Amino acid sequence: MSESLLLPLLLNGLIVGALYGVIAMSFVLIFKASQVVNFAQGEFLLVGAWVCWYFLTTWQLPFVLGFLFTLVFMTVFGIIIQVVVLRPLIGEPIISVIMATIGLGIFFQALMKWMFGVFAQPFPPIFPVERVNLLGLEVQPVYLLSLVMSGFIMAAFGWFFAKSKYGLAMRATAFDQQVAQSLGISISKVFAMAWAIAAVVSGVAGVIVGVVNGVSSALSFYGIKVFPAVILGGLDSILGAIIGGLVIGVLENLAQYLDAEYLKIGNMYAIAPFYVLIIVLLIKPYGLFGTKNIERV
Amino acid sequence: MVALTPAGDFRASYRQDMTLFPTRNSRRGVWLGVLLLALLPLPALLLGDVVDEDGTLGGLLGALDIGRYGMGLLIQIGFLGIAALGLNILVGFTGQISIGHAAFFGVGAFASAWLHEHGVPVFLAMPLAGLLTAAVGLVFGLPATRLKGLYLAIATLAAQFIIEDFFARAQWFTGGVAGRMTEPPSLPGIRFDGEEAYFYVVLGAVVIMFAAAANLMRTRDGRALVAVRDHYLSAEMMGINLAYYRTLSFGIASFYAGVAGALYAHHLQFVSVEAFNILFSIQFLGMVIIGGLGSISGSLMGAAFMVALPELVQAGADALANGPLDHALKLGANISFLREMVIGATIVLFLIFEPDGLAHRWRLIKAYWKLYPYSH
Repeated sequence: MSESLLLPLLLNGLIVGALYGVIAMSFVLIFKASQVVNFAQGEFLLVGAWVCWYFLTTWQLPFVLGFLFTLVFMTVFGIIIQVVVLRPLIGEPIISVIMATIGLGIFFQALMKWMFGVFAQPFPPIFPVERVNLLGLEVQPVYLLSLVMSGFIMAAFGWFFAKSKYGLAMRATAFDQQVAQSLGISISKVFAMAWAIAAVVSGVAGVIVGVVNGVSSALSFYGIKVFPAVILGGLDSILGAIIGGLVIGVLENLAQYLDAEYLKIGNMYAIAPFYVLIIVLLIKPYGLFGTKNIERV
Repeated sequence: MVALTPAGDFRASYRQDMTLFPTRNSRRGVWLGVLLLALLPLPALLLGDVVDEDGTLGGLLGALDIGRYGMGLLIQIGFLGIAALGLNILVGFTGQISIGHAAFFGVGAFASAWLHEHGVPVFLAMPLAGLLTAAVGLVFGLPATRLKGLYLAIATLAAQFIIEDFFARAQWFTGGVAGRMTEPPSLPGIRFDGEEAYFYVVLGAVVIMFAAAANLMRTRDGRALVAVRDHYLSAEMMGINLAYYRTLSFGIASFYAGVAGALYAHHLQFVSVEAFNILFSIQFLGMVIIGGLGSISGSLMGAAFMVALPELVQAGADALANGPLDHALKLGANISFLREMVIGATIVLFLIFEPDGLAHRWRLIKAYWKLYPYSH
């Protein structure tokens, strides 16, 4: 590898980082709305990608239609998970809730392997051209799609929380559940909505990664890569999630470059974010934009 | 029903309140249980040569024989129970979460195998491996001095991946992808080779480690851990050093994981770098939840449940083999995924329907028998 590879690596980092940012955003959304740390985030990606793949290959639907069906499926999926598993656990200690999402994660990962096998499956090609030229760099159109989609989802989130009635209800719930309830907001609906949105957004991210790399159980690792991003940005900050995602995406590519060029340790791409995670937790556990939790007795 | 408390249970002194065995019979019951377990391998050990043609033992002693496979399962329950107990001290008694327990278990396994290769006898290498793992655990437990709850969960998740990466990288320590071979423990004259002999090693370790944990919870340190769990701000005001006890709890949990890992290593006599993945960590958490958070005997029950679960799934799949359901779902080929699904589903179902675990259910069953037939 040489210097000329640094720029494409950085671009790749930005694109992957934007995806991390999107996934981290839906993670933060669930955490803010329902105080649940969702360890099954990666499995949402997995389920979304496999379902879309199924629509496109077995049912032979065109991409747009299959994609829309996937969105509908993920909405229902998110709501069912919240109502069936998470709702009975409201008020339980945080350990129980975390464990429940971990249990869900294992369950769906194994279920997907059972239903679709362990081998990576490619998506049917969506774009007619292989590469487009962007500022002198050859870029695959799916990467552009990924970037556009990430940008769109981020903008949609921004509008949703700033302007829409439901977004405001969600922010009110995150601020104080009791006060929100007394103002006529249905907390259970807000929780279900948060999970539905998170499932849909993660499903979209899953489809994008699936289109780029093929669908396999490796997708669920994105759900774990999300932790460095959200911890860096702050667990309860949507903006922090985006920035954290971008930083982690660029950082792992930089780490890979440094590793291949100078350090020769190997595997830094996968592990570097976790070192960052430990360091951030030691120095600034509430992240860059997270609110510091002040406890009064 | 030996462990029942008699009517009129008056505790006149602090000492009586803190006792491990509330009645003489409960103490006898535990010793009797240990004795019965100790008798289990005897038929195979004594009559090792007179095995029948089909591989089972004949005669009266043969009826007691649970077979090599059953013995292996009991050994597994033993060392997994020790590791689960360590995690329970951390999760159930101190209220901290660790999603990296399997990684520490692995550190213990490799450490013991590595020490043995460098000339340390196995019986010394095992506790040393525990201490080494405790040291590693303390390093990763450093964030624990400031963090709690989900932040610590995420920190230990990172520890899991970093340690797994280290295993794959550190050839001098783990043997790299090839893994590391090791030997069974031996004393002058005896070599604890084979399931039956090794069973005694594990049984001894289980008795020592569980007795130690039960007694730890009666000391000032043990009570401090529980206080940190129940209300850490109050605990701090009572003069309990939060950072010290959180880290201590992390160290103890790692020590237990290390010893259990060492037992695992010398049982299998081969340690592979891929064994200690995150699914294994989650299984430990599952054991603690299924057995009962904050219950010492529950840790063993949870481990037994987790060991029995795949066997039950296998038995269920075998029963359905070649049936219409088997053909429709391809059970036989996907049995490992089915196992994982059952583990995940069991964790979720226990959390929803039986959050206090098997230990609580066991107490209810005992109470039912004690009050029978006047249960109301």
